[in-house]
Amino acid sequence: MKIIAKQIIADHLGVRITSLCVAAPQISQKALAGQFVVVMASEKGERIPLTIVQADPQEKTITLIFQEVGLTTKALGALNAGDHLYSLVGPLGQATPIKDYGKVVLIGGGVGIAEIYPVAKSLKQAGNHLTIIIGARHKELLILEDALKNIADKLYVVTDDGSAGEKGFTTSVLENLLSEGKYDLVYAVGPIPMMHKVSAITQASHTKTIVSLNALMVDATGLCGCCRVTVAGEVKFSCVDGPEFDADQVDWEELSKRNTMYLDKEKHICKIKI
Amino acid sequence: MPKAPVKVKELAAQVRVSSFNEVVCGYSQAEALVEASRCIQCKNPNCISGCPVNINIKKFIYQITQQEYAGAYFTIRETNNFPSICGRVCPAEYQCRKACVFNKSKSSYSSPEAINIHFLERFIGDYGLEHNLDVPQKDNLSKDKAAVVGSGPAGLCCAGELARNGVKVTVFEGLHSCGGVLRYGIPSFRLPREILDAEINYLSKLGVEFKTNLVVGKSVSLDELLRQGFNKIFLGLGAGVPSFLVIKGENLCNVYSANEFLVRVNLMSAYKFPEYQTPVNIGKNVLVVGGGNTAIDAARCALRLQKIQGIKPSVKIVYRRTEVEMPARRLEIQHAQEEGIEFKFLVQPKEFMADERGFVRQLTCLKCQLGDADDSGRRRSLVIENSDFNLPCDLAIIAIGLKANQVLTSSTKELKTDKYKDIIVDPQNMETSIKNVFAGGDIVGGEGTVIEAMGMAKKATAGMR
Repeated sequence: MKIIAKQIIADHLGVRITSLCVAAPQISQKALAGQFVVVMASEKGERIPLTIVQADPQEKTITLIFQEVGLTTKALGALNAGDHLYSLVGPLGQATPIKDYGKVVLIGGGVGIAEIYPVAKSLKQAGNHLTIIIGARHKELLILEDALKNIADKLYVVTDDGSAGEKGFTTSVLENLLSEGKYDLVYAVGPIPMMHKVSAITQASHTKTIVSLNALMVDATGLCGCCRVTVAGEVKFSCVDGPEFDADQVDWEELSKRNTMYLDKEKHICKIKI
Repeated sequence: MPKAPVKVKELAAQVRVSSFNEVVCGYSQAEALVEASRCIQCKNPNCISGCPVNINIKKFIYQITQQEYAGAYFTIRETNNFPSICGRVCPAEYQCRKACVFNKSKSSYSSPEAINIHFLERFIGDYGLEHNLDVPQKDNLSKDKAAVVGSGPAGLCCAGELARNGVKVTVFEGLHSCGGVLRYGIPSFRLPREILDAEINYLSKLGVEFKTNLVVGKSVSLDELLRQGFNKIFLGLGAGVPSFLVIKGENLCNVYSANEFLVRVNLMSAYKFPEYQTPVNIGKNVLVVGGGNTAIDAARCALRLQKIQGIKPSVKIVYRRTEVEMPARRLEIQHAQEEGIEFKFLVQPKEFMADERGFVRQLTCLKCQLGDADDSGRRRSLVIENSDFNLPCDLAIIAIGLKANQVLTSSTKELKTDKYKDIIVDPQNMETSIKNVFAGGDIVGGEGTVIEAMGMAKKATAGMR
């Protein structure tokens, strides 16, 4: 649970994305693409899920990347190399079903780029042809561009303001790709509106689409049901049944509403100093 | 003429609802002596067989009357590792007290005349903790190395039994803190955290090693544990997965499972938000659905949150049967009533309605009536058609039961489970379909009480030694 290295990988107008490399002897041996850990920054902190972006079984470390948005991610961002996490447990959740699908499009929006990275690596190793679309608000907030360039057969970069790559949204690129050719799988991680839009686009062309949901969690071992989502009309727990689901089956409206449950509390706690 | 039962001191209802402090204060020495003296020392006592771990109740009560408190402590510890916990959370009125000769009730739970065995047990347990009484332990004779998976009542009990018999034990817990349902489920006003910590610490003193943040089935497999040299394994996985009503609107904002609400409040200390950073919401009109201890615990936590946040308390428990059929401990029902929790009996939820932001605002219910007794002996509830009515509700807690946690069983194919996904064991020694792997507690046979889980764990331990 000791932090081996810390790197601020994006910092723009108060938006900061941080990467922590953490000693995790057991998790690093087991982690598969698509799985996550739950961390607590301090004894009085929250339990939050974070995707395992990289696992190094030789070095016995895992890498976590997060945007400092709430109190907990800010507390994590305030830790430095040598500090210890209070709690770290994993790998949790179901791994991405990795096989040779053929032609795959991966879409990462914002910090979601970090989450598609391990999946992209595994899919590449399985022999897939990868088209990767990454998008951020501004060029300074684009992360892992070089790492993804190395594994992508084709990489598209977009920013909201056109400061890097094309000006526009990841979903527009996807729409163009699907109108021009056939793909066997689309894999998307990003803000809910982005994933929802991806789902709408790929449904039109009947392209199988997997999304990794960011439902709120507490224990993340199936105990509490905080992360429940409706998938194909059935209640599923993101933590043990997911976090990945077929995009066209997800009740997006319910998920986005449920994720607003603590907005008032978050505003309150971010205003006060602890 | 038998003496009247000694009433236990409690915090006054209007005082206790403003905090999570313990409600029942327990007996003083003088009170314990009087209560113990009521026991007539039956020649053939039924209370002992009424106890799932067969504590020698007759003997320890006699020892109290002789003021041999340490002796009484050792008598209990012979069969129960956690008197301070069980004395607080055991539904004694359904068990030992129901079997007491003074019980005048024919229903499923005892009348108040039965000896307050649980309060005496608690008195002795706390006496032992206060006086640091160590239980004699066998030397590390055994070559066995045991792994206990899960640190709830069954796991802790198994670990304690094995350790006392000279077995080296390691307990694996998925959460960051040990105790299982004793920590995340039972609120501190029923079981103070210092007591739980002290009882767990007692196991550490016996040499038990605790490894938290390890989900067996995810972080490490059962097979790996066997290969790491754990030649005896006990699975006390619990019934950790909440059941839902499967009605419309159940996933609206502010509809909680009791587990989530309690985990936030108890495990994560959300009632001390923002000092503790896990949030929990509270409403002006809280509805809790269910009739068990979990429902009562959730309702009483919700009421306290309302009080702490300056909201006029309004918590209703909605139950489809009546008070008699409620599986909750009688003392908890009484405490809840004293605290101002309202009970709506013979009511079945039908649909949660949302406001424009997706938060719950109302529960539509149906009225019920009682029918014939079901397999469990309780009378069924039958819905009355077209009896719809609405209850205002801006926060709902579903406490209708728990199912098996499948994280380990689903990843361990050789482990045989039944249709409820509970682990199948040999009832003689609690061994599972995998040799040297035993199981007990709620993961075997579904939801039960703390002491029933301990009873199963003890049985398994006999097979593991």
